[in-house]
Amino acid sequence: MRITQGTFSFLPDLSDEEITKQIQYALDNAWPLSVEFTDDPHPRNTYWEMWGLPMFDLKDAAGVLAEVNACREAKPNYYIKVNAYNANYGKQTVGLSFIVQRPAEEPGFRLERQEAHDRTIRYTLHAYAADAPHGSRYNGHQ
Amino acid sequence: MTDTEVPTSQKKTDRWSAGVIPYAEMGYWEPDYQPKDTDVLCAFRITPQPGVPPEEAGAAVAGESSTATWTVVWTDRLTDYKTYQAKCYRVDAVPNSDQYIAHIAYDIDLFEEGSIANLTSSIIGNVFGFKALKALRLEDMRIPLHYVKTFQGPAHGIITEREYLDKFGRPLLGATTKPKLGLSARNYGRVVYEALRGGLDFTKDDENINSQPFMRWRDRYLYSMEGVNRASAATGEVKGHYLNVTAATMEDMYERAAFAKELGSVIIMIDLTIGYTAIQSMAKWARANGLILHLHRAGYATYARQKNHGVNFRVLAKWMRLSGVDHIHSGTVVGKLEGDPNAIAGYYDTLRLGKLTANPVKGLYFDQDWGSMPGVMPVASGGIHAGQMGDLLHYLGEDVVLQFGGGTIGHPMGIAAGATANRVALEAIIKARNEGRDYRKEAQDILKAAAKQCRELDIALTTWGDISFNYESTDVPDVVETPTSI
Repeated sequence: MRITQGTFSFLPDLSDEEITKQIQYALDNAWPLSVEFTDDPHPRNTYWEMWGLPMFDLKDAAGVLAEVNACREAKPNYYIKVNAYNANYGKQTVGLSFIVQRPAEEPGFRLERQEAHDRTIRYTLHAYAADAPHGSRYNGHQ
Repeated sequence: MTDTEVPTSQKKTDRWSAGVIPYAEMGYWEPDYQPKDTDVLCAFRITPQPGVPPEEAGAAVAGESSTATWTVVWTDRLTDYKTYQAKCYRVDAVPNSDQYIAHIAYDIDLFEEGSIANLTSSIIGNVFGFKALKALRLEDMRIPLHYVKTFQGPAHGIITEREYLDKFGRPLLGATTKPKLGLSARNYGRVVYEALRGGLDFTKDDENINSQPFMRWRDRYLYSMEGVNRASAATGEVKGHYLNVTAATMEDMYERAAFAKELGSVIIMIDLTIGYTAIQSMAKWARANGLILHLHRAGYATYARQKNHGVNFRVLAKWMRLSGVDHIHSGTVVGKLEGDPNAIAGYYDTLRLGKLTANPVKGLYFDQDWGSMPGVMPVASGGIHAGQMGDLLHYLGEDVVLQFGGGTIGHPMGIAAGATANRVALEAIIKARNEGRDYRKEAQDILKAAAKQCRELDIALTTWGDISFNYESTDVPDVVETPTSI
């Protein structure tokens, strides 16, 4: 399966050139960028690991891409996303967020059903990869 | 002093003579009045009967929507009536028509805090059937921030909804389950599953899906949530189905909402037909229980569509933001339902922005300060398809739910394929916009390029690519005359 979180998951994976254009769009809006990675892609996993702090003062798209690539090198089999943050009053939230790397194999989720009273069912999503401890998922690469 | 003599202090002036005198002479026409920051202001479009001066017509509306009745009453004098009288302070002729725009100010003391029912009973309660007017339309209201602050506002608002759904940087996508009526619950859930796994964020009950003999609400909720959760597992995304809790009584609605919550739904839905008080109650419930609240504006066009009579949708949009809904259907510009682009831009601004400046081109008569009240997510629904994605983004922006019902479910390859076509089209247009391309002008090229790698989109463009609904709007803002200095 292919996890379709993020703004561009239904398109073919973005090239470095395409990623740079999206970074530039964020910078043109004065949205600082940050890079995050995880091996727990549950849709309710809000807090991916931060690849350093948000780059509040980095105004150069190539510099941001360098951080993306550094993260990719260090975490070759993780999900990695780029976030652009809109700190303006009335927003103060993420303006754009897209996946720039995913593991070669994405086993996806098991849907667990617990049959409860009166035909109700309690649903739980369980990432198959999450059966292994952090750091040893998705072929175990750090 | 004889028995029949009246003390000088109680000598009657004209204002207090028993009988009927013009409203304008009773203090409801006050051209020198300077509205206070705390006043509720209204712009009414009035069409007076022949022979009725516009100032008198405006004063009559002010009178009948505040303290006046058809005749003079001495009991007015037991009050500080000047405070409680609404004041018509300005009447402008609408060029090339028999209409006028009357501006009326109401003291904030006239209204109960936090009550749309009370606000509307005053403002639109009595005056719309008034004989001295041929027609009357409430075009806009300025709700003073002091009064705004007495309302809860959206249960969650746009920002919280996006963070809750973990979806940023693009419009959300939805579809209404079709056919509207007749599907069994089991078949209904199939549509939900297919549309969501294909790429939509939301599916939706239609306004008239409540709990009919062919599908009772509880069964629909159970099967729909199976579809939602299956789709979530297939995509790793948060998904939702607007479970319509509209019912005959509040007790029924609370029961249905509670069950939606128990099943883990992220969102419920109500119809405008349940009434303002019920909407405010459900908004309170939705905030307390953490469910997004979607409002379908069922019935609104009965009074919002005609230019000379009724209530403009922008006013309803303000009432609904105050009432506390998170979503409201607000027009598509390009779809099958009524909507002038400028007027719709005004509605969307009214729902989404924190502060608005009067803008006659968009039909906005007043500045409006919402303070920190969250925005409402507008929903564009009705006769839209993937081929229009460039126009949709141009007209409606990013904070909107685009709902493709027929444009998803009617796809020749199936429902999931229809959903995929819409999602790919959307992401391709957003990507192109961010890259700095003229995404509206180049939309067809962008979509065709995306379709080369997505057969679902290719088929959608072939099926619907050139369908459009180009009818003249019945309701457009007045032409703006350039002011000339004297």
